[in-house]
Amino acid sequence: MTDSRCMSDAGAVRFRPGDRVRVRVAYPIGHVRTPLYVRGKPGIIERICGTFPNPEELAYARAGLPALPLYRVRFLQRDLWPDYAGHPADVLEAEIYQHWLQAEDISR
Amino acid sequence: MALSDPDTHPYRSHHDMGGLPAAAVVPAEHDYAIWEKRVDAMLVLLGNRPEPLVRTDELRRNIESLGSDAYDRMSYYERWIFSIAQTLIQRGVITVDELGRRIEQVSARDSAHD
Amino acid sequence: MISNHGDDAGHTHSDDVPADQPDSLTYYQAMETAVRELLIEKGVLSADDVRRQVEAMDARGPRGGAIMVARAWTDPAFKRRMLEDGSAAARELGLDIGPVKLIVVENTHDVHNVIVCTLCSCYPRNLLGLPPDWYKSRSYRSRTVREPRAVLAEFGTVIAPDTQVRVHDSTADMRYLVLPRRPGHTEHLGEAELATLVTRDSMIGVSVAVFMPSADATVRT
Repeated sequence: MTDSRCMSDAGAVRFRPGDRVRVRVAYPIGHVRTPLYVRGKPGIIERICGTFPNPEELAYARAGLPALPLYRVRFLQRDLWPDYAGHPADVLEAEIYQHWLQAEDISR
Repeated sequence: MALSDPDTHPYRSHHDMGGLPAAAVVPAEHDYAIWEKRVDAMLVLLGNRPEPLVRTDELRRNIESLGSDAYDRMSYYERWIFSIAQTLIQRGVITVDELGRRIEQVSARDSAHD
Repeated sequence: MISNHGDDAGHTHSDDVPADQPDSLTYYQAMETAVRELLIEKGVLSADDVRRQVEAMDARGPRGGAIMVARAWTDPAFKRRMLEDGSAAARELGLDIGPVKLIVVENTHDVHNVIVCTLCSCYPRNLLGLPPDWYKSRSYRSRTVREPRAVLAEFGTVIAPDTQVRVHDSTADMRYLVLPRRPGHTEHLGEAELATLVTRDSMIGVSVAVFMPSADATVRT
């Protein structure tokens, strides 16, 4: 997906709670609020937090508009860490902006 | 428990540390010094205004820009005041020259009182 | 004299001036003074503004959070509203949370929540005061997401193997408060007394609220 295609419908909310998603893999420099440890990982939308100006732009004193949908995404810890030793149902929830999320094909 | 690090990320900013190996947590805390509280106060004042002069995002970005050595050596509020000053320079609120001269004046004033 | 002073984020913070020069400003302390003076001279803020803001922050301990928890423990309808919309619930109690979007997560017999900010140190400051050093440390920020049970054990909190642990990484605009479980044998306590049992650490999730009927009400955080 090109950046321009990602951002053209930036304001529209694409995902709903329960949707399976995967965090996009990319390594830009600059101010990013998607931690490395979730990139490329599968998760489920836990809730829509609302829309907020893009922190990647606010960090450079720009307006960060249009506001982007922000989601809480729930990850199984065993999907995040190959050696996770806690309960198999343990989860981690993080807030991820929509342009970092892709729909996950549930037939995979 | 051995923590293997499977990361093959081509780039990691030093602040993006979730999941990296680290020592046991030391449940230490200190009472904040007055200068630290003033740093905190200034960030709040600079951000909570109709036209913010330092946004939290700018504070974070400038802290993230610190080299790994500086990031680790500096205390929390040392990173903050560095970043606030950097942001104010970026926005043209203060100049590099003003800052340098004033730091020297403050230091000289302080030494004179020793 | 200007000297360098560093603090490894994982180590205990020592005095903020070198011991051999007790009255000397460090470089960054001098920078703080310089920035503040320049901003005052430029009319960006006043010395009074700074003083008032320092006092306001000093006045905020974890009391705001404790009040919310104690109310939730005693008022099921408020608890439901709080879990639905934490910001609205805080404002209902007259708490000033500013523009913060608050999410309250509930500990139960089956679920234990713990909060971290791996990328910096986001924290619900208006409800809990300033965060402790350990919350901002490399160790806490790195390890809580990956081995939460081990980190909790370092705080003396052991989570049952069949209890689900949920870690919340405060990566964007939300701020989090854990609603700890109400301790047993507290039916006779009023809301104000219950609030004294709610520690800052229990609202971060690294410990739990306890009640020791035979001791006084203060609990070590």
